[in-house]
Amino acid sequence: MAATFLSVRHLTKHFAPNAFSRGPVVRALEDISFDIARGQVVGLVGESGSGKTTLGRSVLRLIEPTSGEISFNGVDIAKLSASQLRRQRCGMQYIFQDPFASLSPRMTIGQILTEGLDIQGIGNRSERRAKAEKALAAVELPVDAYDRYAHEFSGGQRQRIGIARALTLEPEFIVADEPVSALDVSIQAQVINLLRDLQVRLGLTMLFISHDLAVVEYICDTVIVLYLGRIMEVAPAAELYAWPQHPYTRALLSAVPSLDPMAKQDRQMLKGDIPSPANPPSGCVFRTRCPVALAACAGVVPPLRATSDGHLKACIRDDIS
Amino acid sequence: MTITASVGTARPRTKGPLRRALDRFTENGAARAGLLIVIPILVAVSTYHLWWPFGPNAIDLRAINKGPSAIHWLGSDGVGRDVMARLLQGGRISMLVAVCSVAISIVIGFLVGAVASFGGRVVDGTVMRFVDLAMTLPPVIFLLVLASIAGTGIAPTILVISLLSWPVLSRMVRARLLELRERDFVVAARGMGAGLSHLLFRHGLPNCIDILVVYATLQIANAILLEAGLSFLGLGIAPPEASWGNMLNLARSTVVLEQYPWQWMFPGAALVLTVLAINFIGDGLRDAFDPRSDLN
Repeated sequence: MAATFLSVRHLTKHFAPNAFSRGPVVRALEDISFDIARGQVVGLVGESGSGKTTLGRSVLRLIEPTSGEISFNGVDIAKLSASQLRRQRCGMQYIFQDPFASLSPRMTIGQILTEGLDIQGIGNRSERRAKAEKALAAVELPVDAYDRYAHEFSGGQRQRIGIARALTLEPEFIVADEPVSALDVSIQAQVINLLRDLQVRLGLTMLFISHDLAVVEYICDTVIVLYLGRIMEVAPAAELYAWPQHPYTRALLSAVPSLDPMAKQDRQMLKGDIPSPANPPSGCVFRTRCPVALAACAGVVPPLRATSDGHLKACIRDDIS
Repeated sequence: MTITASVGTARPRTKGPLRRALDRFTENGAARAGLLIVIPILVAVSTYHLWWPFGPNAIDLRAINKGPSAIHWLGSDGVGRDVMARLLQGGRISMLVAVCSVAISIVIGFLVGAVASFGGRVVDGTVMRFVDLAMTLPPVIFLLVLASIAGTGIAPTILVISLLSWPVLSRMVRARLLELRERDFVVAARGMGAGLSHLLFRHGLPNCIDILVVYATLQIANAILLEAGLSFLGLGIAPPEASWGNMLNLARSTVVLEQYPWQWMFPGAALVLTVLAINFIGDGLRDAFDPRSDLN
């Protein structure tokens, strides 16, 4: 396996209440550690409110983490000053979930695509234009899109523009935050295939956030399962789908609809909603909804430990597999 | 409509949001009427010295308190000055004061709003409490105190009016920028390494342009009224310099009010007409920039 490219250690994000109100601290991320090897695609799954977007943005310091280390190629960006960070930003880009919110309505596509080059002071006017047009070609959009506005494009086209914008700075690392969940199913496949092609061709390292398990299985090498801001399980994609070890992962996988109407599925329904991160359960955060929870689960926070090579889980029950 | 829309997308260079707002503006009847009134007034006020024979302070001793005639179209005042010339000169001063004070208050209002919204919680809290303070001062008394400190004349009047009017704008700008700051495309710009000035001037300003334009037009009308009010009270533009406000001041005398109506009626009418027309334009611009009007 290639060398570690991104290494996250003990990343924590707490949202403190407003200075004037006495609200509780929202514990969005708690002690997150993982590695991504160069050229690898890591999936991040979990239900709504589990902290996927917060994690994706914290890794790029678009949200200021409360504590922890985030090392790209050995450089801990959590400790960089604002101006050092600004230079580092070329190498890491973000693809947004909502293609209707991620493009400025007051800029032409050309302005949107050259914005990053402009900010970083790369190239002159014609070089920037050439780079932007190259990025447009890479996402299979016509060159005449350059002078048009975002409102003239469909959701799928806009998402491709969003991808092109991320590519103009020639990053090594991309966080794709549910890049297809706002699109029609027929367009989803197009965009996913495009992302996969680009990833392979440009050798990108990627953190791919999604709640669509089928998409994650298709595109990712490794999958991280997140619940209430904590990692529940980490495993190579094929292994995770074949032998899920954590009860939460099992519940997630059993919720995936089957195409075969005759297949009898033994659905494992989770009761209730995800608890509030402002007031998480003691011990294992999943125990309130876990079908196999024991009294001991309330006592200690289960450590993330290896069950086999490359497969980690945070559950004290080894007797359920 | 559909035909023009499809032709629009087929052209290589298509209409931006600003251009579409402008199109909607020109379709608005009241706003067009406002423009038809304001533009001739502006032209007359700025060029009158080229085509009107009398100066604003020239005294014609044969025409004291004379009504409108072929020579003095709008009559003359108690010392024989031509009312038409004073009206046009007064308009020039009023417009100058209004435009300058609005320009200054826009700069102050935008920057204060921008600092508050991008400066973090502590800065925001401090700045906005200061704005609250400025807004809770009773405007008339604040105006009188400021004017008595600053004195009379064009520059002090501009200063007084602009210092009074920026807090409302800074609140609107702050609200818009606070919302904008969390928008994905602004987060994307930060993700590409954008600094404060890029965020403010490439994203903040274009997305506040509707607020600023509407504020400017409505505030110009307001500033003309403020200037007239100050001058009426003897604190704005001091005689013998003409302004619509100090011309109206003459109407305090019952003799003028009853016997020489042309001396106050014309400046009053000019004031009402201009303010009304500018308000129509402002309303038209507000409707044109309203994103919901994109739907029809």
